[in-house]
Amino acid sequence: MRVGVAGSKESNDCLVTVKESNETKIVIESVVAAFFYDQIKATVEETLKEMEIENVSVTVEDKGALDYTIKSRLISAIKRMTLDV
Amino acid sequence: MINSVNRFIPDNLIAYQGSDEYKNKKRILIDKKQKQLKTVFLNSIEEAFDLYNIKSEMCLSFHHHLRNGDFVIQKVCEVIKERDLKNLHFAPSSIFPSYTNIVDLIKTGNITDIHTNYLNGPVAKTISEGNLSGKLIMNTHGGRARLIESGDLKINIAFIACPVVDKLGNGTGSYGKSACGTLGYAISDLEYADVVILVTDTIVEKIEHKQIDGSYVDAVIQINQIGDSNGIISGTTKLTKDPIGLKIAKECSMILKELGVIKNGFSMQTGAGKTSLAVVKYIRDIMIEDGIKGSFASGGITASYVQMLEENLFDKLYDVQCFDLEAVESYHKNKNHLAMSASQYGNPFENNTVASRLSFVVLGAAEIDLDFNVNVTTDSMGYLIGGSGGHADIAHEADLTIVISPLIKSRIPLIKDEVMTVTTPGCDIDMLITERGIAINPNRLDLLEKLKNSHFPLVSIKELYDITHKITGVPKKILKSSEIIGYVEYRDGSFIDCIYKI
Amino acid sequence: MFRSLLFIPGNNPSMIQNADVFNSDGIIFDLEDSVDINEKDNARNLVNNYLSSANNYPSLVVLRVNPIDTEFFKKDIELIKTKKINYILLPKTTMDALNVLEEMLYDIEVKFDLDTVKVIALVESAKSIIQIFKIAKHCRVEAILLGAEDLCNDLEIDRSNEGNEILFARSRVIYACASNNIISIDTPNTNIDDELLLREDCLNAKNLGMKAKSSIHPSQLEIINEVFSPSKKEIIWAKRVLEAVEKNIGKGAFSLDGKMIDKPIILKAQKIIQKANKYNME
Repeated sequence: MRVGVAGSKESNDCLVTVKESNETKIVIESVVAAFFYDQIKATVEETLKEMEIENVSVTVEDKGALDYTIKSRLISAIKRMTLDV
Repeated sequence: MINSVNRFIPDNLIAYQGSDEYKNKKRILIDKKQKQLKTVFLNSIEEAFDLYNIKSEMCLSFHHHLRNGDFVIQKVCEVIKERDLKNLHFAPSSIFPSYTNIVDLIKTGNITDIHTNYLNGPVAKTISEGNLSGKLIMNTHGGRARLIESGDLKINIAFIACPVVDKLGNGTGSYGKSACGTLGYAISDLEYADVVILVTDTIVEKIEHKQIDGSYVDAVIQINQIGDSNGIISGTTKLTKDPIGLKIAKECSMILKELGVIKNGFSMQTGAGKTSLAVVKYIRDIMIEDGIKGSFASGGITASYVQMLEENLFDKLYDVQCFDLEAVESYHKNKNHLAMSASQYGNPFENNTVASRLSFVVLGAAEIDLDFNVNVTTDSMGYLIGGSGGHADIAHEADLTIVISPLIKSRIPLIKDEVMTVTTPGCDIDMLITERGIAINPNRLDLLEKLKNSHFPLVSIKELYDITHKITGVPKKILKSSEIIGYVEYRDGSFIDCIYKI
Repeated sequence: MFRSLLFIPGNNPSMIQNADVFNSDGIIFDLEDSVDINEKDNARNLVNNYLSSANNYPSLVVLRVNPIDTEFFKKDIELIKTKKINYILLPKTTMDALNVLEEMLYDIEVKFDLDTVKVIALVESAKSIIQIFKIAKHCRVEAILLGAEDLCNDLEIDRSNEGNEILFARSRVIYACASNNIISIDTPNTNIDDELLLREDCLNAKNLGMKAKSSIHPSQLEIINEVFSPSKKEIIWAKRVLEAVEKNIGKGAFSLDGKMIDKPIILKAQKIIQKANKYNME
């Protein structure tokens, strides 16, 4: 199974893990979930759509990253997964 | 009913009506406890429980000068557990993460009510989760002194951890193997509790400079070790490396200079956080450069203030509790490093308190709202993480009160429509300094006038709120539960907010 | 015009989200030395998304790309499509490297209809110090930054606090810039805890003729800005000169405090006031 990981668990960052899967699945564990869960989920969904990626399992372990950071980490993780054949 | 900071307060309690309201009230003083002719010396805490018939329903008090290194409260809890005393009322001046035995006693109903000024760690968590069957009352340091002297809080037994005690029952914290410095928070307990018990690990023939007057002391218990002095060190003594913190600290010192409040004879207080330490350093630089000497610094005292006293930048330090071992050492040897009691520090009804003589104070905030109301009691989720301590006392009394904080902490905005809990009313906060601008409370027209032609980035607090949301996105509003687990009592005895279960 | 440029590691979200609050006149988002070789993609993505979608930017944005002979260079340059980048900071600049960069920038600018992006040449080898007058003349180059650490590696010598070993290089940078009317930027001081040393280093560079200094930690900015700004004394002098000019209209030269005031002096005074105004000084 192909896997891509990017980011860190430092404050204001997040660790994104992307795995091949037979359906699209998004898991978000965030220290700010109570305030920003919906926004984080929307960011992940939009980014997947922009990149035209389906059937991946995405895990975001978030330490208060801003949306563009989450998006960046997700893009890196996906690219790393696809390169890592 | 709704109080004057727009918070619901149950009808059976006195609602807060303004930080100046106490001026319309009369000071109430119950009689101080009878002086003792003789102090008894005991060998164990159990012995004291037997001798004074310490039983269920009583109110037991403690101080927190040994901070995270305190063993006394833990040991007393063990005896309570053993004897399974029920429905106890605990009144420690603060509760630290190491006081874990309290958690068990709360869960089993041995402790049902708590008065304290500050709490964090496991006890805070268990209370937030609704495990305290009675109520938690959060006081200010000055407010606790008022509460005790007025008889509103009747303490049956005061356990006072005391590093050194002499044969007459006099005590001091300034030396000994568990030295913790001044014992300012224990003075009201000493004077007004029904029974006063010192717990010590060091007994000497005679103490030269006592802080605890033995004539109030009923008993002295000698145990092996009352605490670990290293546990008093409050976080870091090193300056912050965080560039945002440094920027805010620098801006704060420059504003103070611009306002002309760093002048001969001035006085100040800051917290002990990393950013506050940076503020102190920058103020020191200004004082040295401009040849200024202040009259005093006060509060919990840290090494940086000790250094400034030794450099002759201040005449005196007024110390209610020592935040590190350098402060303990200085209190012991420097005659200008003076102890103060919580009442002398910030009791609204005490004459000429140290707080009321402060030129300015620099404080932190967990949250602040558009009316400048500050929360340092709970986090943005509503979990208990602290409490006023002296926050509300000095915010009201000082001539100028500045709050410093970054606008964003791990994506969570500092500025809220409504803070989770009001600790200090916005009318007592004059200015908020952040990394992206400075907001002055609109009721301080004089400050606005003085700074209007300066280069400082003055904005409204609403603008700062908007800037933050542009960066973080708009956070979802957290709905509080309807279950009240406690109250925030303002320093005058009125209630400023409720604390809700998570 | 700028006095201070701050390097921020391109893979550090905490620093990047505060890039607009540091007291530097510009921010260098670094994709090169401060980024681990395995995180180059991550850093590039982060800076790209920050520049494309954040709401808060520094007033001047510099991007340090990886050197032209790395696999990262081409992708790094693509970030100019965000239209937020004022300058590319080109590491290990030589005329050859500059020409490669020029060609690539031109292609992207034409293809995506972008404004011309300017270049800050990072000179950090013996070769670049030798070629510096050509580099300074290049139409893209608006400033030259001296990189003393790499230069000293190239020369196999140690850096010192006094900086005698880089006097020649500093002088070359200063003369090349001054003669082409571009900005000379001094090498960063890597000693971040020693304020006295930093001040000495800044004063030394300024007195030789450097116009700005780069920085690797925000805590250095206050001193850098102070040293590279006109002093109070300079501003008072310049104001008096310009006032005297008003009173002596029509005279080619006149005297003030017993000293001759003529065109070069007036220009100097004007520059000081211009700088003072830009940096909100009185």
